[in-house]
Amino acid sequence: MDFITLSVIKALVIAAVLMTTLAYLQWVERKVIAHIQLRMGPSRVGPHGLLQPLADVIKLLTKEDLIPSHASKFLYILAPFLAVTLALLSFAVVPFGPEVEVFGVRTPVQLTDLNIGLLFLLAISSVSVYAVALAGWSSNNKYALLGGLRSSAQMISYELPMAVALASVLLLANTLSLREIVDSQQGYYLGFLPKWNIFRLPFPQILSFAIFLICAFAETNRVPFDLPEAENELVAGFHTEYSSMKFAAFFMAEYANMITGCALATILFLGGWHPAWPAEFGSHLAPAGVFFLAGGIALYHGTHPARPRDRRTLPIIAVVFWILAASFVIPGARAALAPLFWFAAKTGILLFSFIWVRGTLPRFRYDQLMRFTWKFLFPLAMANLMATGLLVALFPELS
Amino acid sequence: MDAVLFLVFALIAVTCAANLVVQTHPITSALSLIGVMGSLAVLYLLLGGEFIAAVQVIVYAGAIMVLFVFVIMLLNAGAERPAGRSFVARYLGVPVLVIFLGLLSYVIQSRLPASEAVRFGEFQGGAPAEVGRLLFTRYVLPFEVTSVLILVAILGAIVLGRKEL
Repeated sequence: MDFITLSVIKALVIAAVLMTTLAYLQWVERKVIAHIQLRMGPSRVGPHGLLQPLADVIKLLTKEDLIPSHASKFLYILAPFLAVTLALLSFAVVPFGPEVEVFGVRTPVQLTDLNIGLLFLLAISSVSVYAVALAGWSSNNKYALLGGLRSSAQMISYELPMAVALASVLLLANTLSLREIVDSQQGYYLGFLPKWNIFRLPFPQILSFAIFLICAFAETNRVPFDLPEAENELVAGFHTEYSSMKFAAFFMAEYANMITGCALATILFLGGWHPAWPAEFGSHLAPAGVFFLAGGIALYHGTHPARPRDRRTLPIIAVVFWILAASFVIPGARAALAPLFWFAAKTGILLFSFIWVRGTLPRFRYDQLMRFTWKFLFPLAMANLMATGLLVALFPELS
Repeated sequence: MDAVLFLVFALIAVTCAANLVVQTHPITSALSLIGVMGSLAVLYLLLGGEFIAAVQVIVYAGAIMVLFVFVIMLLNAGAERPAGRSFVARYLGVPVLVIFLGLLSYVIQSRLPASEAVRFGEFQGGAPAEVGRLLFTRYVLPFEVTSVLILVAILGAIVLGRKEL
């Protein structure tokens, strides 16, 4: 199959999976936050509110699209377009799994493997500041302008420690290609400890992992760094004036950036699609086991329903989980699916932590936010980089 | 394919550069400059300079221009009104500019050997590893001197920006 056809097919598959994940990530977030706050969350549209994302999309599509008076019209329309384009563009270089063979065609589960992959992602993240800044500026609204200003200052400040934290990972990996970074983390120490970059000798990158995650929170404007859209002081921040699909574009961009951040953390620090423990200890059985267990829990709650409707819906969900479990038992499918499972599991755990933090932490004050990055995170990232560099130079045989 | 991409992005770069001068509002001018930087990055990419292209976007479009836009937004600078042009600018501006550009292209044409044209796909040393190796071996002195120069500039900015001198 020629290059262009293959690329188009892969782009379509990735876009479809990504869009579904975006929509349902929002459902998961609302459910998890609701349960943290002892509420039910969406439960009216479809069983367990599962059709809520669809209803939201229809609602946003049919809403009236307003352009405020005296807004800079071109930039006002450009900003959401830019936000969503840049957010989706970064998935072009994310590797989801190793090479697979589908219908006789061997191809890596990745749209394209650039030898400057990581720099490409950094470039996109540094340019995506404009979407927020321009949205705030062009709306002709004081709240929006303040939100845009805060956001651009915050994103510039947190990009610095993030880049330095990434540099120390690069010292261990010796490459900028994301696929090669994942490949370099293959194998185990002492037969059980994975050679992921957070455990990697000569200097485990736990610190830079923490710094990267904190900066990812700030870059995506999430709690506790959501000052650009602080409701109690700025109404809704930079997207105050946006309605309809333009508002949805910012929403999608935020969730897409969240997924990119978590996927990147998985690739750089958690070994990408490599299993968490070797196959001798049964890591090849883990996917099937997890889905089997999930099905069992769903069935148990179906037979002991908290609400009458659960008696009908939960057994169906249990069957779905067991079908998934069964697909991981077939040897041919398992080889192709297991890496994807590990990648999705690690990214999913990180995404859950994003939601968890949102349900737990209060917001920073603006001066705290700036002091934290410039006086604490940045020096820490620099020290970490120095230590990594020194140890890699002293013990080159370990890395 | 390369030639088509080159023409498209060269055209975008030139249009953005012209727009940068023509526009009266500072923020539109700044955005045009970002357009120039972005299309220059694509041109670097076409010539095989992958690392330079990425750095161009990260540093110029992503860091320096963000600060420009930030300051323009912070000062809330409005559209500028054209000042009344002087006699010299009105009647001699265009002819002098044409003469200057003509001289410039003549000098460049006569100084550079005509045979060494750049071809797409010819240059292969643009990957980060090669650029890094050169920076830390052959060009280490200019590289370090530049960083000291930037440090001096930063210190100067801090001194000038201090409240009491």
